[in-house]
Amino acid sequence: MTETPTATTLSESGAHGGAQHRYGNLRAEQWRIISASFAALIARDLRVLMHMPSTFLLRTVLNPLMFVFVFTYLYPHIGAARFGQIAGQSLATVALPGLVASAIFFQGLTAVALPLSMEFGATREIEDRVMAPVPYALAAAAKVCFSALQSLLAAAIVFPLVYLIPATPIHIQIASWSTLVLAAVMGSLLAGFLGLLLGTVVEIRKISIVFAVAVVPLTFLGCVYYPWASLHAVRWVQIVVLANPLVYLSEALRAALTPTLPHMATWASLPTLTVLTVAIAWAATKTFTRRVLA
Amino acid sequence: MPAPGSGELQLSIEGLVKRYPGSEQNAVDGVSLGVHAGEIFGLLGPNGAGKTSTISVAATRARPTAGRVTLAGVDVVAHGSLARRRLGVVTQVNTLDRSLSVGENLYFHCRFFGLSRREAKQRSSDLLEHFDLAHRRHDRVDRLSGGLAQRAQLARALAHRPSVLFLDEPTAWLDPQSRLALWELIRNLRERERLAVVLTTHSMDEADRLCDRVAIMDHGRILVCDTPEALKRSVATAATVELRLKAPPSPRLFQQLEALHGVEGVLAEENRVKVLTSARDGLVPQLIAKVGSGLLDLSVSETTLENVFISLTGRKLRD
Repeated sequence: MTETPTATTLSESGAHGGAQHRYGNLRAEQWRIISASFAALIARDLRVLMHMPSTFLLRTVLNPLMFVFVFTYLYPHIGAARFGQIAGQSLATVALPGLVASAIFFQGLTAVALPLSMEFGATREIEDRVMAPVPYALAAAAKVCFSALQSLLAAAIVFPLVYLIPATPIHIQIASWSTLVLAAVMGSLLAGFLGLLLGTVVEIRKISIVFAVAVVPLTFLGCVYYPWASLHAVRWVQIVVLANPLVYLSEALRAALTPTLPHMATWASLPTLTVLTVAIAWAATKTFTRRVLA
Repeated sequence: MPAPGSGELQLSIEGLVKRYPGSEQNAVDGVSLGVHAGEIFGLLGPNGAGKTSTISVAATRARPTAGRVTLAGVDVVAHGSLARRRLGVVTQVNTLDRSLSVGENLYFHCRFFGLSRREAKQRSSDLLEHFDLAHRRHDRVDRLSGGLAQRAQLARALAHRPSVLFLDEPTAWLDPQSRLALWELIRNLRERERLAVVLTTHSMDEADRLCDRVAIMDHGRILVCDTPEALKRSVATAATVELRLKAPPSPRLFQQLEALHGVEGVLAEENRVKVLTSARDGLVPQLIAKVGSGLLDLSVSETTLENVFISLTGRKLRD
């Protein structure tokens, strides 16, 4: 930069008309500003997403698309139609709620954890957002809210995909709208807060490893491709997977979408999902604030 | 224009102590200061002196261990988000949002502070014009040079019309030309906007030429606080004598120079020797006598803030 911009006043008339007047109404305005700021933090994330909608689509669609294409379209055509059948239902029916659950789960996790860990890292570009005039917890909540919206959108995209592609018949009936909505919303928030926790705790140079190491076992042991009840044959696995939050989301969606298949009772899955969400939200907000405040 | 610092008190720090968890020492150890509207206030000191910790607390980014900080009358601990509306921050490193363009950085900053879409558009346009960034509006921020990035950060920090502006080593990574340009911008802001500007620096030149008042910090404490002129007057005899020799000085000569009365430190780079003095009366003839025929040239520079720092601490600023 060689030239020095000319100095004209930056403040329009009235902006500096006496400090008393200038700040007199600030406190009264605080709530309006906080809500506007919260909305703007979400708008910023939306703008960033709109810069690269293809990344969102690819990370949402690719995994379930490949799964249903191979196991529910190709397999029946190559003579393995009975592969993955449970209680007389095709794998397509068994896996649909699970695939929607894992779309919700990993969308939220990726949407928050990866960018956050980068922005807290070397570039510290989170700076301007944490300096927004809202409590730090709200800046974190804005991030999670937007990721939850992305999770729900991911679910809405994955659902028709896994419904339409399979070559075998698929039996879906919405047994309970309230369970469906509650599970989807709670699961989206849980995923976002878990992403917040990872993004604030894991260093940038380790985040991709953590992801690579976590995603595969969480998916494969998340009751995505089989119902939890069917695991009773291998009791220790059935117990171990209870530590995986994805299990409760898969099972709650299974209860809502495929009630004829074995599934965990909603009185167990939904409250556990809620308790986990609250606990992780609490922990993640704490680690976020600790990361921001020296 | 009213005299610098004659405006109302915008930043008040009283008895600030900051100790980081796990640390044995206080990073900030009882700092009190006040900065007024229209004043550029410098915190000068070596790395680790507690400058950045002080402004981190004032900018709501660190919790004080003890003491009280008010910003335009607002307690920064009790009302953090309210305080953030009254302060702007420019950091040493570029923290612009890499996922957004230069223009979007300003636009969303305005929106974070409650401006409507239309107002935010107008305000960011005005700022882009004012800071001569309009032609880079659509550029990604990682394409900006250091000087341009600092200008964009300054524009962003001012977008919500704060009353206190914090600049943390704002020119540390800039080339001399960009540094001068940024100084000019900061001076203009002080005059036109009646901002209270607080900047940290370890450049005595920056503190001397830019600041109305300077607090020299070391080990978390303010050693002295006054206008640069008054500070330099307080050590009127101090100076830096620069010697140019035929050959690099021998270790023996080095020791002899260091042993002279009034010499605080000797720095050698090739055949150039800088002698930092606290009392130069009668010193120059002694230096000449010691160096003898090896001397090519000699110059005595005027008192700088570095001399003030040396006379206060017995150490160089960059130690």
